[in-house]
Amino acid sequence: MKRLAIAIVTVLAILVLGVGYQYHIQSQHRVLTISTTTSLYDTGLLEEAIAPTFKEKYGIELHFIPKGTGAAIQDAKNGVSDAIMVHARSKELKFMEEGYGVNRKVFAYNFFVIVGPRDDPAGIKGLTPVDALKKIAQAGREGKAIWVSRDDGSGTNTKEIALWKMAGFDYSKIKNESWFVSTGTGMGATLNYANTKKAYTLSDTGTYLKFRKEGLIDLDALVDKGEELINVYAIILINPEKFDKDFEGAKLLVNWLTNEEGQRIIGEFGKNRFGKPLFYPIVDVLREKKEPYFSWIAKYGLIEDDGEVTECPEKFRYGKEMTFFEFEKQ
Amino acid sequence: MAWEYVVNGINGAIKLVVNGDPELVDIAIRSVKVSGIAAVLAAIIGVPVGVVLGLSRFKGRGLLKSIFNALLGIPTVVMGLILYLFLAPAGPLGFLGLLYTEMGISFGQMLLILPIVISFTVSSIESVEREIRDLALTLGANKIQIMFKIVEESLSGIVLSIIAAFNRAVAELGIALMVGGNIFVRGGGLNTRVLTTSIQMYVARGEIDYALALGTILIAIVFTITAISNYLQKKWVGYD
Repeated sequence: MKRLAIAIVTVLAILVLGVGYQYHIQSQHRVLTISTTTSLYDTGLLEEAIAPTFKEKYGIELHFIPKGTGAAIQDAKNGVSDAIMVHARSKELKFMEEGYGVNRKVFAYNFFVIVGPRDDPAGIKGLTPVDALKKIAQAGREGKAIWVSRDDGSGTNTKEIALWKMAGFDYSKIKNESWFVSTGTGMGATLNYANTKKAYTLSDTGTYLKFRKEGLIDLDALVDKGEELINVYAIILINPEKFDKDFEGAKLLVNWLTNEEGQRIIGEFGKNRFGKPLFYPIVDVLREKKEPYFSWIAKYGLIEDDGEVTECPEKFRYGKEMTFFEFEKQ
Repeated sequence: MAWEYVVNGINGAIKLVVNGDPELVDIAIRSVKVSGIAAVLAAIIGVPVGVVLGLSRFKGRGLLKSIFNALLGIPTVVMGLILYLFLAPAGPLGFLGLLYTEMGISFGQMLLILPIVISFTVSSIESVEREIRDLALTLGANKIQIMFKIVEESLSGIVLSIIAAFNRAVAELGIALMVGGNIFVRGGGLNTRVLTTSIQMYVARGEIDYALALGTILIAIVFTITAISNYLQKKWVGYD
């Protein structure tokens, strides 16, 4: 009996000490939890390039939780994250209008691509994105092509829905047609699926290039031109009046991401491995109004506010220490 | 193509395991640690509950037993989702700060495997109970002595239940992913990446050799633990 009691007390003591130690470790580290899109995460940019440098510089650990843009926003609404990194302007705006997000800054851009099998059964190579989708739908209905959709509320999925709309299709209706397949997963998994099925899909260039160069997929980038395909990544801070998160730390991250060093790291990531960068730094393009990208970013990545276009409309700005790009509306 | 893919993957896996890739070792150790804590916690709570449930006779005991039996097969994704909602800062248990931590995974896995420990403990007690009670009574033992004898005799079954619980915990993905978040920072102190979450991540990224290497380690851990438990049982019980 006595032995049993001693054993129980010992185990309990170890437990209490263990839990206490864990909390102690947790309090020792300054951590920012960032909910992010899979397209940023799957390329390795965040964990391999951004997190280590930022930690070295400020001693803050970045914890990235990769989800689709929709899920990342939901995460933030549950009070999990200190900031979100996403790419779906309409959803970002809603997130800020609901009072959760403030101080949106754009930090990188690249392009979406429509990828598909090399023999290109729908014949879309070199077309504009809208014409390409029309052809794919036609070929699909004839049983000659398959389209794969993320269908996960992600930024890529949001872009896809918008593109289908421009092509004159209602996403919620064509979704039910037999040539239209939904995966409901991240970009990498969707590319793998499209590769196996010899299907077409919309991808961000970063993930596509990585998968292509590493020989994981055999799909060609068939449509990669057109302003509709621009893909603008933004970071949004959590409104400190909504949740008590590390607002100051998140601000450090935003400022670092958009300063010279952060922009250089974004622009250089993957250059050696893939022959060209996976993401392009955005700040210089905006500052120097480099055309044509400047107009495209202004049209698809910035937000209208009282006759101007800006990264973050004035009513969603918090505090005074951050600056935002503002341009006359063209 | 077809087989080359598999062979290359396994080759890569062996190389990574043999070279003791530090990232891999780190993840494997974390898996054992997190699920080990979960198993210990589940044992501390589950074994006493199981012993009481196995020895006592009261109204509703049958119902309680069938509830625990039903919970044996609870899908880990559902468990993960429920836990995520409870542990998120805006949720009812958010103040604990367990979401996206190692402790959070341990806590979730503990809840997952608790029914295993309880149910198996109850049945191993029941299987030896009657025989021993009658025998001990004829030998003139008192109630407490009988109780201890019963627990002693069913000890190997109880240990087996804890092993089975650990194996389920270490192999589950849903909770580790939704509560843990698969966080990894090189040199970071608060990582939550475990074997199962990294396997699914590397598969999604298409890095099959890494996924296979981690899968090999996971299976090796499960087999080793099972082998040890088999050995111990043989030693204790004294026959095959």
